Amino acid sequence: MALLLLFLGPLEDVAGAGEIALDVAEPLTLAAIAERLEPELAVALVGAKIRMALNGNLVAPGEVMAGDGDELAFLPPVSGG
Amino acid sequence: MRIAGGAFDPHAELADFANGRESAGGIVSFLGQVRQEPGDAVEALELRHFAPLTLPGMEQLVVRAESHWPLMAVLVVHRVGVMMPGDPIVLVACAAKHRRDAFASADFLMDHLKSSAWFWKREKTGEGWRWIEPRDSDHADLTRWQDVP
Repeated sequence: MALLLLFLGPLEDVAGAGEIALDVAEPLTLAAIAERLEPELAVALVGAKIRMALNGNLVAPGEVMAGDGDELAFLPPVSGG
Repeated sequence: MRIAGGAFDPHAELADFANGRESAGGIVSFLGQVRQEPGDAVEALELRHFAPLTLPGMEQLVVRAESHWPLMAVLVVHRVGVMMPGDPIVLVACAAKHRRDAFASADFLMDHLKSSAWFWKREKTGEGWRWIEPRDSDHADLTRWQDVP
């Protein structure tokens, strides 16, 4: 098991994939997760307009504490249906 | 209300929706389709969603419409996946006893689906795929509905 990161919309292009699995020893904050990623992706993820959903529920960036078996989705501004 | 992963037939959907709803004095429907203008190089459109948020968000939107206007029924079908020019993207239909409620609620639903629902879209041209950025006009559309709780 691992922490699964999902990248929606244009973030997928920055990440180079729709999802990335991180092996984690313990639950991580957003800052700790960002440190494990490529700098360009990390910068994109902490942008003010990016929202986050932990296991399908919206969370504030400061509330992120995600570990083994969790799914953390990064949601850029929507472009509408 | 549903999200369709593949093509849907708006005419069959509307016929099913109207069937048995004879007490509705009016049904207003809106069909959105992949636009292609002359000289437009768009070859395809792709819509992505995030099911854990997209579906509940659409359900809440329908509840909000039903709480504000006296509606007899609401239909929302929204595509995701890759579509070609002319393909149906979204179908909204509102059945009400009187037409103004049906018009207003369909308009309300479309403005919100276009600007605040959890969808991301990209289009394909000869130069490849390109993600579409949010438009300011979409947010302006929402200010029309500030009186709807």
